Amino acid sequence: MRKLLLPSLIIVAASLLVIRIFYLQVIDDSFKLKSDNNAIKIKYDYPERGYIYDRNGKLLVANQASYDIMVIPRELKNTDTLEFCQLLNITKEDFIKKIEKAKIYSPRLPSVFLPQLNKSEFAAFQEKIRKFEGFYFQKRSLRDYEVDSGANIFGFITQVNEKLVAKNPYYNSGDLIGRQGVEESYEDILRGIKGVKYIQKDKYNREIGSFKEGRYDTIAVQGEDINLTIDAELQKYGEELMINKRGGIVAIEPKTGEILALVTAPSYDPSILVGRQRSKNYTKLYHDSIAKPLYDRGLLAEYPPGSPFKILTGLVALQEGVVNEQTTFMCNHGFAYAPGRFQRCHCGGGPRDLHVGIYKSCNAYFSNVYLRTIGKYKSSPYAVDVWSNHIKSFGLGQFMGYDLPTGKKGKAPTSKTYKKMYPDWGWSGKTIISNAIGQGEVLMTPIQLANMMAAVANEGYYYTPHIIKKIEGKKIDTKFTTKHVTTIDKKYFKPMISGLFDVYNLGTAAGLRVEGIDICGKTGTAENFAKIDGKRVQLKDHSIFVAFAPKDNPKIAIAILVENGGFGATIAGPIASLMIEKYLRKKITRTDLETRILNTSLQAQYAKLGGLSEDIKLELRKNDSILKSKTVIPKIKIDSTKEN
Amino acid sequence: MKNQSVTNNIDWICIIIYSALVLMGWLNIYSSSLASMDGTSEKQLIFIALTIPLIFIVLSVDGKFYEKYASIIFGISLLTLAGLFVFGKTIAGQRCWYGFGSFTIQPSEFAKAATALALAKYLSDTQINLKEVNRQIQALAIVFLPVLLILPQPDPGSALIYSVFIIVLYREGLPSWYVWTGFITILLFVLTLILEPQYVILIALTTLIIVHFKSRLSDRNILLSGILFALMSGFVLSVNYVFENIFKQHHRDRFNILLGKTVDLKGIGYNTNQSEIAIGSGGWLGKGFLEGTQTKGGFVPEQHTDYIFTTVGEEWGFVGSLVVITLFVGLFLRIIYLAERQKTKFSRVYGYCVAGILFIHFFVNIAMVAGIFPTIGVPLPFFSYGGSGLWGFTILLFIFIKMDANKVNEW
Repeated sequence: MRKLLLPSLIIVAASLLVIRIFYLQVIDDSFKLKSDNNAIKIKYDYPERGYIYDRNGKLLVANQASYDIMVIPRELKNTDTLEFCQLLNITKEDFIKKIEKAKIYSPRLPSVFLPQLNKSEFAAFQEKIRKFEGFYFQKRSLRDYEVDSGANIFGFITQVNEKLVAKNPYYNSGDLIGRQGVEESYEDILRGIKGVKYIQKDKYNREIGSFKEGRYDTIAVQGEDINLTIDAELQKYGEELMINKRGGIVAIEPKTGEILALVTAPSYDPSILVGRQRSKNYTKLYHDSIAKPLYDRGLLAEYPPGSPFKILTGLVALQEGVVNEQTTFMCNHGFAYAPGRFQRCHCGGGPRDLHVGIYKSCNAYFSNVYLRTIGKYKSSPYAVDVWSNHIKSFGLGQFMGYDLPTGKKGKAPTSKTYKKMYPDWGWSGKTIISNAIGQGEVLMTPIQLANMMAAVANEGYYYTPHIIKKIEGKKIDTKFTTKHVTTIDKKYFKPMISGLFDVYNLGTAAGLRVEGIDICGKTGTAENFAKIDGKRVQLKDHSIFVAFAPKDNPKIAIAILVENGGFGATIAGPIASLMIEKYLRKKITRTDLETRILNTSLQAQYAKLGGLSEDIKLELRKNDSILKSKTVIPKIKIDSTKEN
Repeated sequence: MKNQSVTNNIDWICIIIYSALVLMGWLNIYSSSLASMDGTSEKQLIFIALTIPLIFIVLSVDGKFYEKYASIIFGISLLTLAGLFVFGKTIAGQRCWYGFGSFTIQPSEFAKAATALALAKYLSDTQINLKEVNRQIQALAIVFLPVLLILPQPDPGSALIYSVFIIVLYREGLPSWYVWTGFITILLFVLTLILEPQYVILIALTTLIIVHFKSRLSDRNILLSGILFALMSGFVLSVNYVFENIFKQHHRDRFNILLGKTVDLKGIGYNTNQSEIAIGSGGWLGKGFLEGTQTKGGFVPEQHTDYIFTTVGEEWGFVGSLVVITLFVGLFLRIIYLAERQKTKFSRVYGYCVAGILFIHFFVNIAMVAGIFPTIGVPLPFFSYGGSGLWGFTILLFIFIKMDANKVNEW
């Protein structure tokens, strides 16, 4: 028996090896398909990206052919450098640098020598490409923008980074991917699925046909077209109105939650991020940390909302039953809410009920109302949480779940917030009274303000704001068709809406009426300070305006923020009126407002902040250089807001 | 019959298989080093040419010489291993070579034959009974002395080879529980790396219970089973600890790749992945001599040495691989057959050692290349590039062929 151990071991072990090798060589084909298999060349067939249309079917983004010049360093043979460089309009130093870079990446694998040539740039080179061994081209499709607005909505296309290549098996190094905007959020739908062809090569690197009769090949799946909820005309108009200003506009259709316009200023022409100048331009946009053209203010700019928040203060108080429509408080040009504490008010003074309080934007009225709301329960923390839940039901303090890749939560303070702020002593409604007028700890983004107005317009519900209207042959996410009901009963909205209507008739926006359209709105102003060269300087207030129209059967809810625009009714208010009229009537009757806004430039204000003083978009279109006079960047800090 | 030629009575089957393997080895080295053009295949041709006088010397020496001087040969071999700590040349962190200009010699390649001789010599004493614990210790000491010198070089691959001597000792009467212990240890080790320790302990317990109740009543021993279970559990738990705390990261990585736990194809997993691709791309018949694209592209590192079998796999396909494996298996079985018919215990044990040593090289090397064994530097006998290896294996084999040729004349 002892004699048999070694022979049996040998037979068993050898069989094991034979089985394993049989598996590797005959059964398992996966090793043959790996990209690092030198014997198989993998060719990808990139489908065209889906087109992007607006809500009315207007084509916004299409594709154009572009060509990448590729090089395999090992296969280079006596290149006529002079002719080559002339054809592609590059310098000899450039040529040498690029070849070296390609060699470092890999001498035997192809790398991109010159990316994204357009048809005319490529035409001359194409005739001669056969002369240059080691070079070949790869056709790609690039975005072709039919409009010069909406850059923040679309996002852009860029090469996928190595981190994602490692994480997501779909992408290979050098693939293109959508970044920011809908290009990012609907990447999977727009890009389609690339096709793969496996081609057998011989040892001289020649292709000798498809691998295993194409058994493993896949066909590319075309990207699907999408329709956005954006109204291209309104979007373009909004961007025009915002020229020479900084800020954001968000317009929503209240009945559906569809985003009609999403403007951020300054912006840029989306087409500058396509083609050979792409990375140069992107670097400029990216490094402008003052004007921040890549920063979508409509989604990201968090500010204390100021007076528009009084709408929620009033609604919560009505719902909690601490006041009714008739409850009246006396305004003494302010409100002495505690010994030695006086909150000023600019409404003119006198007895104020809800209606007058809203259209005159009376601080004293809403502070009283808020004190009652928080005073309703013995426990202030409990009362604050009740209030907090009410305002959260309007979408505050959350990302809301819209289909754009960036966002800020804003802030809806709870008892926890105040426990942290005042750990050592008791706090009451009086401590946090600034919340009454939107100046406390509450922070909101323009899209949250617009959504709040949509909920008010709908008298108590909203749909999650979204930018996708239609995906070819597919239903949009059901979360965009699910109604969110606020915690406020429908009946309490009526008096609030009539107050907001009289803001235009009797109140702070009386000069902004548009004949024939019943608009409900509310002005707001956010104080802000900046540290410039170490000194705290008060800057001109941010101008805020929220509105919806028409009063009956609302079609548009809108929020506008203009940085350093001053009083809410001076810039943000007119923009709201113009946008509403543009959307509802398609033409403008308030040409006086239009002319004034188009001619208003806040660049002088912004110049104080340092950095760039010119509008990026205009500049880039003109001469492609925006960073000529970059100065030291001071830090900007927003300190507080002021009511009006 | 004193004036016999050196070729008298030699086993031609062994010689033919040997020659075939060396020739095929060279063809594959030629193919894999064609692209680099650094003279690798030319050097190997010189090494091969030099084996011819070497073989003649080995065969000319009197058959009794090896038995007579086994201890001295072993002693010298140990000295050359120990000398590495002082005079050794360090290549890639391993102090395994003596350098003579551009030429290097790896003494561990020759130590295997010396150890085999020493072990054979020790066991040839008819007084030796491996049932005695003293004898077991002495026999194991002969095996582990060179291992102690080789491990710190560090050369775990060469050290691993010596485990095969356990099988030889078993053939000569070592109690079977040595083999069982070794087998179960390896099994538990691998299982622990794949599964969670608690499952392995559960499997061990179930097996023990089954064995306990299946065995005859008189053989049942609750205490022994209990101790066995405690030992196995302790081992399983300590493996986890050793793996996590004592193994270095690159050791862990090698096991993890094998178990599919780590997939880092550009880093540590590169070798294994590339060699699997090369073999896998061969298909049934391979791409043909000098046609291997992976081979030509130089993707497999160390292809002419430890990874030479990838060239066989790629260029000669499954059929070629099968031929090579069959030749090796044929050689091993032939040697065992010859060993069993030896008249002296010395030559029988030595023959067994030869078969065992060649076999474990063969298995570990191809298993590693095919991705079922951790990456460990063990050459494929007669195939891999390198003079020391080739000569070491040649001497090992031909000493036995000489012994086998001699047996007829002993009467």
